Amino acid sequence: MSFFFEVLIGGLLSGVMYSLVALGFVLIYKASGVFNFAQGTMVFFAALTFVGFTELGLSFWAALPATLAAMVVLGLVIERGVLRPLVNQPQISLFMATIGLAFLLEGLSQLLWGSEVRGLDIGIPDEPIAWISDRFGLNISRFDLSAALIAAVLVIALALFFSRTRIGRALRAVADDHQAALAVGIPLQQIWAIVWGVAGAVALVAGLLWGARNGVQYALTFVALKALPVLMLGGLESIPGAIVGGLIVGASEKLAEVYIGPYVGGGIEGWFPYVLALVVLLFRPEGLFGEKIIRRV
Amino acid sequence: MNAHAATAQSAAPAAAPAVLVVNNIEVIYDHVILVLKGVSLAVPEGGIVALLGANGAGKSTTLKAISNLLRAERGDVTKGSIEFRGTRVDSLTPNALVKLGVCQVMEGRHCFQHLTVEENLLAGAFTRTGRGEVAAALDKVYTYFPRLKVRRASLAGYTSGGEQQMTAIGRALMAAPTMILLDEPSMGLAPQIVEEIFEIVRDLNARERVSFLLAEQNTTVALRYANYGYILENGRVVMDGDATALGANEDVKEFYLGLASGERKSFRDVKHYRRRKRWLA
Repeated sequence: MSFFFEVLIGGLLSGVMYSLVALGFVLIYKASGVFNFAQGTMVFFAALTFVGFTELGLSFWAALPATLAAMVVLGLVIERGVLRPLVNQPQISLFMATIGLAFLLEGLSQLLWGSEVRGLDIGIPDEPIAWISDRFGLNISRFDLSAALIAAVLVIALALFFSRTRIGRALRAVADDHQAALAVGIPLQQIWAIVWGVAGAVALVAGLLWGARNGVQYALTFVALKALPVLMLGGLESIPGAIVGGLIVGASEKLAEVYIGPYVGGGIEGWFPYVLALVVLLFRPEGLFGEKIIRRV
Repeated sequence: MNAHAATAQSAAPAAAPAVLVVNNIEVIYDHVILVLKGVSLAVPEGGIVALLGANGAGKSTTLKAISNLLRAERGDVTKGSIEFRGTRVDSLTPNALVKLGVCQVMEGRHCFQHLTVEENLLAGAFTRTGRGEVAAALDKVYTYFPRLKVRRASLAGYTSGGEQQMTAIGRALMAAPTMILLDEPSMGLAPQIVEEIFEIVRDLNARERVSFLLAEQNTTVALRYANYGYILENGRVVMDGDATALGANEDVKEFYLGLASGERKSFRDVKHYRRRKRWLA
């Protein structure tokens, strides 16, 4: 039984890491209705820039704000250079633009910082917490737990930002109806710039945690693919959805691997979340927490 | 009476100085589609001016040209000028215009569906930052629309059409405008609700000194509440005058109020008559 819990908790904690990536998608989708294909690359870019700064001799606490600034600037440049010229174009054009952006950013970051695999140490060891293993006999990684806590803080901060602040409310208003938002004097461009800046910051947090776990390398862009079932499950425009979706994906893929895997020869972890997401889509097209499409007759 | 394509000077009712002057504007969508062909109008301080006309006459376009929402629809004002309190506002962003005191309530209400009624109102106060100021504005909106206070916590998307229209108007009020551009407030609403909305408009006009420029297809109601009216057809002002005078005009009755003088006419005759008697601007 303790093995079951170990798998479950390990799954939940890794799920939080997925949520972290999914959050970036949700932020931008919520405010501008754009599915930002480049979010995974932004995560990679953030991690690589951070490592690059530390290699230049900056300490952890100096590199962090420097990378944050770089990500916010990147977000602003994207908004200004890619999205603004495409205002009022069909959604698909914007989506295509973000695909192009993903490749551009990928090349650019390797051009700037080189393409070799680097390690990233953020000072949290990936080892079982002795206190918990002594008492409950469960092996829980200190790194995973810290990552989960960081994600939790980030999510609570974002949720408060969206529901309580003037800018947050404006973000949701813009997401709901661009034109009406314009009509009441909400400056769209300013709002979009803020969203891309925040998405850049979220990408930084995700990049640091993922980079520390898997090493900073090109493959980091693929964590975005794991965020897709999270988004489908949770709903594209819901922050709590991204979290719950991540938890479900993380827990279910690990449990499926351990308990169902042996019967089908293993390797379930990779595709199980997508199947799960498809099933959810059949019954709730907007995801578990997505905004219901309000249709009045 | 038939002041064809009236200039702003002759169109302005003598009583009060004009807050808003639209001078001979031309609007082109997508660089090719000519929608407004020289529209001029004026709204006096504290007035309610109605913009009347059939579908596609250019009422909404005129309002959007003033509020500068046109550009979001790939439209452009290519000729003429728009002045608010003596300054040119044609190239201001909607955000700057709202700060100046001009706010548009769009056709079809356009509430933020996934926000609660109260959040909708608060979103309308984006251009104002003082906490006390916003709270006071919210209170004021609730006194004009007590129904909104009851519904404050429900998602705007789930409220009735009348409540959504009230939310939209209330939301505009939150920015403390001195001029509201009200597009088709009666659309899709029961006659009783339409009266209620127009009563509130009149109230706001009288007590808050908000000037209104409203586009309406419901000519009867609009002329009852407005002081002055313009009739648009095919992107031109074809007639303007005091609301009472317009309401009494035989042609207006015939075309927009559906009242023929004397005996009933068959629709075929009306069409014929109408074709013969085109408004030439």
